[in-house]
Amino acid sequence: MSDVPTLRLEVDGEPVRVPEGSTLLEAVRAAGKDVPTLCYHPVLEPIGACRICVVEVEGSRVLVPACIRRAEAGMRVWTDTPRVRLSRRMVTELLQSSTDASLAPELQRYAAEYGARPQRWEPFRQGDASPRPAPKLDNELYVRDLDRCILCYRCVRACGAEVQNTFAIAVAGRGLGARIDPGFDLSLPESACVFCGNCVAVCPTEALVPRTQFEMRRAGTWDESRQRVVTTVCPYCGVGCKLELHVQDNRIVRVTAPLDDPITRGFLCVKGRFGWTYVHAGSRD
Amino acid sequence: MSSELGFLQGWGVELERLERAPAPAPEEWQALQGVWGHLRPEERRGRRDLLLPALRALQAARGWISYPAAAAVCRELALPLAEVYGVATFYALLATEPRPPRVVHLCDDVVCMLHGAASLQELLQERLGSSLPDPVHAPHGQATGGPGTDGAAVPAVGWSRSPCLGQCDRPGAALVGEEVLVALTPQELDIRLQAWLRGDHGPPAVPTPTHLGWKGDGTPLLLARCGRIPPTSLREYCALGGYQGLRRALEIGPQATVAEVERSGLVGRGGAAFPTGRKWALTAREAPPRYVVCNADESEPGTFKDRVLLEQDPFAVLEGMTIAAYAVGAARGFVYVRGEYPEAYRVLAAAVEAAQDAGYLGNRILETDFSFHVEVRRGAGAYVCGEETALFNSLEGFRGEPRNRPPFPTQAGLFGRPTAINNVETLACVPPILARGGTWYAGLGTDRSKGTKLVCVSGHVRRPGVYEVTFGTPLRVIVEELAGGVPDGRGIQAVLCGGAAGTFLPPDQLNTPLAVETLQEAGAALGSGALVVFDDRTDLWAVVERVARFFRDESCGQCVPCRVGTQRQLELVAELRRRGRVDGELRALLEELAQVMRDASICGLGQLAPSAVLSGLRLLEGR
Repeated sequence: MSDVPTLRLEVDGEPVRVPEGSTLLEAVRAAGKDVPTLCYHPVLEPIGACRICVVEVEGSRVLVPACIRRAEAGMRVWTDTPRVRLSRRMVTELLQSSTDASLAPELQRYAAEYGARPQRWEPFRQGDASPRPAPKLDNELYVRDLDRCILCYRCVRACGAEVQNTFAIAVAGRGLGARIDPGFDLSLPESACVFCGNCVAVCPTEALVPRTQFEMRRAGTWDESRQRVVTTVCPYCGVGCKLELHVQDNRIVRVTAPLDDPITRGFLCVKGRFGWTYVHAGSRD
Repeated sequence: MSSELGFLQGWGVELERLERAPAPAPEEWQALQGVWGHLRPEERRGRRDLLLPALRALQAARGWISYPAAAAVCRELALPLAEVYGVATFYALLATEPRPPRVVHLCDDVVCMLHGAASLQELLQERLGSSLPDPVHAPHGQATGGPGTDGAAVPAVGWSRSPCLGQCDRPGAALVGEEVLVALTPQELDIRLQAWLRGDHGPPAVPTPTHLGWKGDGTPLLLARCGRIPPTSLREYCALGGYQGLRRALEIGPQATVAEVERSGLVGRGGAAFPTGRKWALTAREAPPRYVVCNADESEPGTFKDRVLLEQDPFAVLEGMTIAAYAVGAARGFVYVRGEYPEAYRVLAAAVEAAQDAGYLGNRILETDFSFHVEVRRGAGAYVCGEETALFNSLEGFRGEPRNRPPFPTQAGLFGRPTAINNVETLACVPPILARGGTWYAGLGTDRSKGTKLVCVSGHVRRPGVYEVTFGTPLRVIVEELAGGVPDGRGIQAVLCGGAAGTFLPPDQLNTPLAVETLQEAGAALGSGALVVFDDRTDLWAVVERVARFFRDESCGQCVPCRVGTQRQLELVAELRRRGRVDGELRALLEELAQVMRDASICGLGQLAPSAVLSGLRLLEGR
């Protein structure tokens, strides 16, 4: 093991030892348990925005987001109290009541697990500050369907200093008017976007979705149960990024990169992510 | 050109695009030069903290921020357009689409709504048509402004609704450019509107001073000079005891200064009541550079005491800040003044200059080795920036979103450095504590609440104003004796204690002494020190719904419990109001939501958003 000093805390009454600097999420996982996460992404810095990962820490007035809070020696953490479960259920209800969560598998799973009933807010809805936005189809590579956006900031982080250093998108507006925007509501081709699709790779709700996937869903032909994943190496440059080709009916329908790959950490460039349509070009038949 | 922008290399696409953007209009360019003309181009790059001043200057120059102007800001500060737009659209006083050069921001918050805000609104509607779109809640896909909209024609005058402008002692308030109009009647507003539509400036604003008063041991302490001397006269400030506190601090040294403040028992006056001396001690033990920040973003509805201090005794605040800087070992400080307080900004900026000229600020203060430089910065319409970590982000040029804590400001605050951030009133308490001793100060007030407190009384009282009382004074004495009680022989229905983030108290709780511990026992909180009085004719439903709307409008949107929760809370309150009674099932739903907002929101805004709403409903339920 490394020389990093460790500290001891308690998770649900069980002692656990973690390296100093670990988050409560890491401590909880080290204790063999888990908490739900939405805005958290393993290769991005945590921001503690969605609040679904809250846990109870003895002595703390309010609940504590496990993804971002550092573990301290002697902390007593409770991951599944009624108070915690109430907050998690409410977070899923509030998100479901304000967005289209139908293609957000994690959110749906947590909503079911915590017994969310978003429909109980329906009778009082006066229309949120913003009307439901229509999907933005302003380029051939990916679609922004912001009605599905839960504002987890993952795309903004991936586009910015943590991964891509492109800074094409940011959160604009405030409160319920907050939204992901390239600035002045520009289209993506007019923006600084380089179409690496790394924002798409980290989106948990299909608010950002490859155009092919979007069109196939619309046509009713997208079927993950009929897809297999073929691992290969990107043919374009000498870096040799590992690719996962998602293949349905013997055609590539989406390309991703494994998160645990030390070279890409799941991120690609425009060529690797979107440059595969030539495989099915008619002139090659 | 690209070589000049080496800082930007690495995001070439953005750079190319920014260089293709049209040049800004001459007045826009001039406004930007006013912000950073004194800096060489390479010195501007990376100065993200100049972003909000630049956006404010563009807004003032033209009435909105155009795409070419935003692109120029990006080039000059080396910032991406998306982020500049993200910051610009965070603030209610900034617009990114064509807007009239003159906008009337009419207060329709709880106090002004008791005093005819609706009739002022009707007049504006009649003369100018609908209010302008809310720039921070622009509907998806309808945000405009981008390339090509520059030539759009705009009328000469527009209007929008504003949250509390901090003029509750003189309700009927509107912010128009760099001027605040108070005690407006429809007739007076109409005269001004006609002048503005003709292109004239209109009659000068009539100064109506805030009523001041005091009662109890040690008073007037904070109000002693207010209204008695010209606010920017350093000589008169010193003649009335000014800068004795700083001289004493410089004599006894930083550690003894912290000890003196600890001994005084002074706690923060911004609402959280954290011990000031302890905050300073925690900051001082961290590694330099350290900062001192004065939180002058007073935006709590019903609160206007910091405005009075800044406008009438600015040197007291600066002296307190200088003592704080000496105590924690800071060489630089910032005052963050609410964007809606133009007069406070003007007075404070003049006071900073006078203090610098006289050697009370700047290098080698009073011929010691201690140097301290203060910059005054302005907000642009966001209540959440009063939250200290949101304030840091705003000062640094980011969106005013609160940070998760820990780390606390004393560990990692402004620019990630250890920071002592104190409220205006807290800092004004410091000079007399140093001059007369912490023990003397601790002798005032109750066992657990030391000293005196400024209380803002507004609503249905004969003499709304700022009153200084010794801690322990019963609320009833403040409301009835100092503020003259409710006029027209009416009874009190409720008192909102602590502003929108506070609690509605029934009249039978007015015997509660004003102190942190007694108010806590009464299920309330001292908060910012606002008391809004509602007589027995008030439609309390309307007030509770307005408070709910306030939080919906002011939520930054970062965390789910607050972003969506404040909207759902507003909807439930509106539904209850329609039904005219507090329905058990809806009430349970609201309580459930409230618990989650309190438990899981990132900052105090979301955590306190249900407080007044629930206490108001309790009163309505009890009928």
